Amino acid sequence: MVEMINITKRFPGILANDRVSFSVKAGEIHALLGENGAGKSTLMSILTGLYRPDEGEIRIQGTPVDLQSPRDAVAHGIGMVHQHFKLVKPFTVAENIILGLKGIKEVYNLKSIDESVAQLSREYGLHIQPDSPIWQLSVGEQQRAEIVKILFRGAEILILDEPTAVLTPQEAKDLYKTLRKMADLGKAIIVISHKLSEVLAHTDAITVLRGGRSVGTVRTKETSEMELTRMMVGRPVMLETVKNPVNRSSKVLELHNLSALGNRGQFALKEINLDIYGGEIVGIAGVAGNGQRELAEVVAGLRAIERGQKKVDGNDLTLASPKQMIQAGVSYVPEDRLGTGLVPNLNAMENYLLKGVQRMPSGFINWKQVAQETAEVIKKYDIKVPNPKNPVKMLSGGNLQKLLLGREISGKPRLIVTMYPMRGLDVGAMETIRSLLLQERDRGAAVLLISEELEELFALSDRLAVLHGGEVMGVVDPHKTTFEDVGLMMAGKRMAAHG
Amino acid sequence: MGNSWFSRWHFEKRETTSNLVLVMVPVLSVVIGLIFTGLFIALTGKDPLEVYLLMFDGAFGSAYGISETIVKSIPLLICALGLSIAFRMQLWNIGAEGQLYMGAFGATWAALTFPDWPAYQLLPVMMVAGFLAGGLWGLLPAIPRAYFKVNETITTLLMNYIAILWVDYLVVGPWKDPKSFNFPISPQFTEGAILPTLGTSRIHMGLVFGVVVALLLYIVLNYTRWGFEIRVSGESPAAARYAGMNYVKNILLVMFISGGLAGLAGMTEVSAITQRLQHGISPGYGYSAIIIAWLARLHPAAIVLVSVIFGGMLVGGYSIQTSGFSSTTVSMLQGAILFFVVGGEIFVNYRLVRGEKGGK
Ligand SMILES: Nc1ncnc2c1ncn2[C@@H]1O[C@H](COP(=O)(O)OP(=O)(O)OP(=O)(O)O)[C@@H](O)[C@H]1O
Ligand SMILES: [Mg+2]
Repeated sequence: MVEMINITKRFPGILANDRVSFSVKAGEIHALLGENGAGKSTLMSILTGLYRPDEGEIRIQGTPVDLQSPRDAVAHGIGMVHQHFKLVKPFTVAENIILGLKGIKEVYNLKSIDESVAQLSREYGLHIQPDSPIWQLSVGEQQRAEIVKILFRGAEILILDEPTAVLTPQEAKDLYKTLRKMADLGKAIIVISHKLSEVLAHTDAITVLRGGRSVGTVRTKETSEMELTRMMVGRPVMLETVKNPVNRSSKVLELHNLSALGNRGQFALKEINLDIYGGEIVGIAGVAGNGQRELAEVVAGLRAIERGQKKVDGNDLTLASPKQMIQAGVSYVPEDRLGTGLVPNLNAMENYLLKGVQRMPSGFINWKQVAQETAEVIKKYDIKVPNPKNPVKMLSGGNLQKLLLGREISGKPRLIVTMYPMRGLDVGAMETIRSLLLQERDRGAAVLLISEELEELFALSDRLAVLHGGEVMGVVDPHKTTFEDVGLMMAGKRMAAHG
Repeated sequence: MGNSWFSRWHFEKRETTSNLVLVMVPVLSVVIGLIFTGLFIALTGKDPLEVYLLMFDGAFGSAYGISETIVKSIPLLICALGLSIAFRMQLWNIGAEGQLYMGAFGATWAALTFPDWPAYQLLPVMMVAGFLAGGLWGLLPAIPRAYFKVNETITTLLMNYIAILWVDYLVVGPWKDPKSFNFPISPQFTEGAILPTLGTSRIHMGLVFGVVVALLLYIVLNYTRWGFEIRVSGESPAAARYAGMNYVKNILLVMFISGGLAGLAGMTEVSAITQRLQHGISPGYGYSAIIIAWLARLHPAAIVLVSVIFGGMLVGGYSIQTSGFSSTTVSMLQGAILFFVVGGEIFVNYRLVRGEKGGK
């Protein structure tokens, strides 16, 4: 159905795609795998007309096409769900769907659109309310809105860039069910992912990119996790976390009966009691939207505390500003990487300085030193930065993530608050980050790890707290608890603390 | 879809913007502005080339012309530097004109209150008073902006009118010179209130202020924590807050300094040029400075250069008047340039490509 032949794309300083050939058949779910910066997003951006290839040809149903803009791609039935959704927040689902459609005059009848949207949702099992505004929707629902949007535009070829990175395991399962339905109806589906298990479970074929080149395409039935990893990385990767016994020192963070409001003015955190000691990793499990984000922001000083108390190393910091929290040695990897954690239009060096600048004693910036430190971090964490002078928005998703984490760890923090640190990372990078967090713990730092991946939480945490509806359902020892118990707590069941 | 020549062209987002583009866009905007205005000049039956040559000759063709050009570029330079700080933080201060007037007011107050002081005492006091008055005028709209997100574009603009009328009131009312035969002017400043000039020319110390401020600004913006904070705050307020920067405080501070510099420009004008407060001390320096800051892409060195060009345009405009042309040609030229600069912005992020659009 789609063929990309010998596609080459150069960016200043890097060959992002090097003679990549890639084809997808109708009725198939095709996965695109590869390390961070391998060129997956670039290849798909070419297919959606965002970038123009320097060389190579694209054929759709056998005929060569010239895709000059996303509009061209849409006209050829190609639609993409980007990792960062492109929805207008105050508008409703239906309004977003017709936004930018040509010939709107004839169809500008929201009722009939509501109906066709409802029809599409039924057909593919995409549950969505056409008349609800986007800002009220969860991430999973927003993603469904994006999918309905491209289906509405008559997409026959659907591309999803790391769609499950932001979904709960259940939502991910539902998504693949929907995708399978679409494939059965003759559509071609391309999914970018870093999660090998889901790729192996739900796709038909897999193409692996490495360093901008295609390593090959395999049938999913005929391959294994081992083989895929070897294709991606070029060597086998151990994801067995080696963990030293925990060696707790003094209390670093104390939260006492702490309550805080969410963005809509309701209590998002209720009477939280939680202590974290130096030298341990405390995991926070829970379905997204149960207070995780608010908890992280409260600890980082970015959200006001309504009631209760917060202490770091014994000092009362209930009313502390973000700056005071930074100075107290609290570092924070926020969920929103590009825009909060990193400034899209500044370069890697300037972004590295973002936090460090508060520690510059004289108020003057020594750029030479900053450049040197940045180069060290880039090297240490193997971050692919083709040109350090380019704005970081040009980095690949995983490399952004590594830069952010590298910066937050670099200041020898007392406490590291990290939200979904493994999101969007390839296996190798995940291995790196896991061992980094463990190293920090062994150094004596306290780590607050917020995640939705139970496996990750069980592997890394020394204690595990479960959030539900803004309350701590219990704090458990992951070595003495099962996934099922934690699952029950995530659904709202209280457990006696034995951690 | 129409099949005309035009419909084949469309905009495509640039992947990267080269420095060449960053320089060429403003330069071309100026050129197109010149051509556009030239068409209008031609419509009135005059030869645009001749007019431009006359203007150029008036501004740069003689020692007198050059010195006048520099005199005019001083307030432009100082105002534009002030604006560039605010623009960097994406605060759209278009109130430099009013802030300049308030600065003139502050400086005049000092000059009239301490007429007997020697220059080395009075001038610094006038500078501080001018800076403070302009700065407070900039700070006022910054407060609702910082705390309630009230759009500063409109408030700063409206406050221009208040400031100008306030000065008008002073010179026809309380500060009117009793010996002025009813002209709306304040008493002439005493000797201690007048900035020294370079030799016999009218070029005054304000030039030194401007160059020093440009240098300081360059250093502050590129090499200090605060300058870095301004850039981050302008790019992404969320990231600024996250990084422990005080966004609200920075808004207030930036608007105060931005207004203060415009106020300093007002001080130099009354002290060195009019040597008294009067109606219409500025022919719109504060507005031209907006265009200058934009054209120079907020870069201090470029602002110096562009200010001199704009000073030359003003002087050239006056000089063609003696040959029977209207000096409003210059206003039109400036307007046209601004129009094309803003319009040209799209080429910084997009490029025009030719080809069939869409597949349908
Ligand atoms: N607009 C751009 N300008 C310059 N370089 C770019 C641009 N977009 C991507 N790159 C570079 O091209 C390379 C490939 O990036 P791409 O985003 O395709 O990686 P990816 O495979 O999607 O990685 P990830 O899994 O981390 O998302 C990276 O090194 C990236 O820095
Ligand atoms: Mg990517």
